Amino acid sequence: MLSQNDVQEAKARGNLAYSLYIYEAPLRLWHWANSIIMLALAISGYLIGSPPPTLTGEAADHYVMGNIRFIHFVASYLFAIGLVARVYWAFAGNIYARQIFLPPVFNKEWWKEVLFELRWYLFLEHTPKKYLGHNPMALLMMFFFFTILAFGMLLTGFGLYAEGADDGWMNALFGWVAPLLGGSQQTHGWHRLGMWIMMSFAVLHVYAAIREEVLSKHSLISTMISGWRMFKE
Amino acid sequence: MSETFYEVLRRQGITRRSFLKFCSLTAASLGLSAAAMPKIAQALETRPRTPVLWLHGLECTCCSESFIRSAHPLTRDVVLSMLSLDYDDTLMAAAGHQAEAIIEMVKEKYRGNYIVAVEGNPPLNEGGMFCIQGGRPFVEKLKETCADAKAVIAWGSCASYGCVQAARPNPTRATPIRKVIADKPIVCVPGCPPIAEVMTGVVTYMLTFDRIPALDRQGRPKMFYGQRIHDKCYRRGHFDAGQFVEAWDDESAKKGFCLYKMGCKGPTTYNACSSMRWNGGVSWPVQSGHGCLGCSEDGFWDKGSFYDRVTGIHQFGIEANADVIGGAIAIGTGAAIAAHAAVTALDSLRRRAGNKDAREGIEA
Repeated sequence: MLSQNDVQEAKARGNLAYSLYIYEAPLRLWHWANSIIMLALAISGYLIGSPPPTLTGEAADHYVMGNIRFIHFVASYLFAIGLVARVYWAFAGNIYARQIFLPPVFNKEWWKEVLFELRWYLFLEHTPKKYLGHNPMALLMMFFFFTILAFGMLLTGFGLYAEGADDGWMNALFGWVAPLLGGSQQTHGWHRLGMWIMMSFAVLHVYAAIREEVLSKHSLISTMISGWRMFKE
Repeated sequence: MSETFYEVLRRQGITRRSFLKFCSLTAASLGLSAAAMPKIAQALETRPRTPVLWLHGLECTCCSESFIRSAHPLTRDVVLSMLSLDYDDTLMAAAGHQAEAIIEMVKEKYRGNYIVAVEGNPPLNEGGMFCIQGGRPFVEKLKETCADAKAVIAWGSCASYGCVQAARPNPTRATPIRKVIADKPIVCVPGCPPIAEVMTGVVTYMLTFDRIPALDRQGRPKMFYGQRIHDKCYRRGHFDAGQFVEAWDDESAKKGFCLYKMGCKGPTTYNACSSMRWNGGVSWPVQSGHGCLGCSEDGFWDKGSFYDRVTGIHQFGIEANADVIGGAIAIGTGAAIAAHAAVTALDSLRRRAGNKDAREGIEA
């Protein structure tokens, strides 16, 4: 069953009701690139805090930590640039491109849908609803555990990175972060905790997508590949 | 007319040659070019010397102990002779009312033109009764002395951040200088203690150039606190290579590998230890085989173990670190997903069976 707004929109688009173009190409590209970048960031970041076992021999023969940190820094630049591009696309793209930045928190109807979704995930509802974009519950989670957290990770991450940069633009932009959080060591701690939360959310995100794909009879995973949402039934 | 720095030196029998040597050494240690040397010499020859009043609050005197061991003897003589002429209750000859009278005298004679160096900090609880000097709370003496000062130097982590006496739960409410003195420029020289040459360097800079050095966001002189221990550590090559000490006294420790995994706080600590070293350049903590404790960082006593790389996040009340909390979240999420998936599967099986029953009911 489609939600009220979605039904209206589907009607407005006439005969496209059972197959709609939701996610445009730049958004899809960003989504999959971002998943790889985030995985690289999490693994390299984990290893920076807890390095692999020590290597013997001459120091000049190895560059393990150097490489791990290089991967982390390159990936973090890609993540940051991707996020900036994604913010641009929120303005340039269709309405589904704006969803994760602006959840309609002042819309009572939307909160009812969130509650409905909560009941659905708690097995209290037996017929899932279908949504054109993100389902309201997913959107809320996405907003807190991706959008907000991603900017938090950027701030703490570049705050730490700025420590190695002298008086450049990096320091001017992000140098205030570490002192605000109580010093470099604390900032490391928060950054690492953010990684764990984000990775936990990523696992949840994959699980929920697969589950909805199976149960709610409309496409999710292929939608993020092709852009088209198919409504079976 | 008060005498100049140079006159004080000559009176103490220091030759002009030694004086010029001191000037060029000072220029070098402050990271200035050779052109700065004549400027320093000229300033010391012509400018009336600025008196320094050295106060002691809640502290352990490790800053003074470090200071009097400054490697370059001339630096020590020069700066100490200046200080002892004025006020430092640990080092001066005068005592009692005589000593306290000096503060009043300097305040009147050099109004707005003297420097206050504070070692330790004032406790504010119980009206400041946890630190009494001359029969009254130290915080009063501090405020009065700083009222007419040109600038204030906060010696050590105590004066800069609070250090051990301000560690949780901070029963005396020991408070860093910058939270008590609001209307004066404050130079923070953290460390427990700070490096002797850093201390004399800061004083010399302020006395010779008559201005405070360039400071970073936390009020520390950039020339000494601009980089982390890790950035200049001689074991950095082993860090980049991925060669770590895994346990005390293992083969890696004997080979002098990086102490990162042993909880070295070098990567998060701003200080000059790895470049200037200690005791006249003899050694420093990492060189002696132990990780940096991060003693020049804000609240270093409250940041978890000195021997853990990933340390506690205090906001969670217990000594839990990011990996413990994060790991719990990850495992919790995984378990919740597994349980949820199982219930989902059971639920759909049940409903499929229910549908089948219903259909059979219709057929029957």
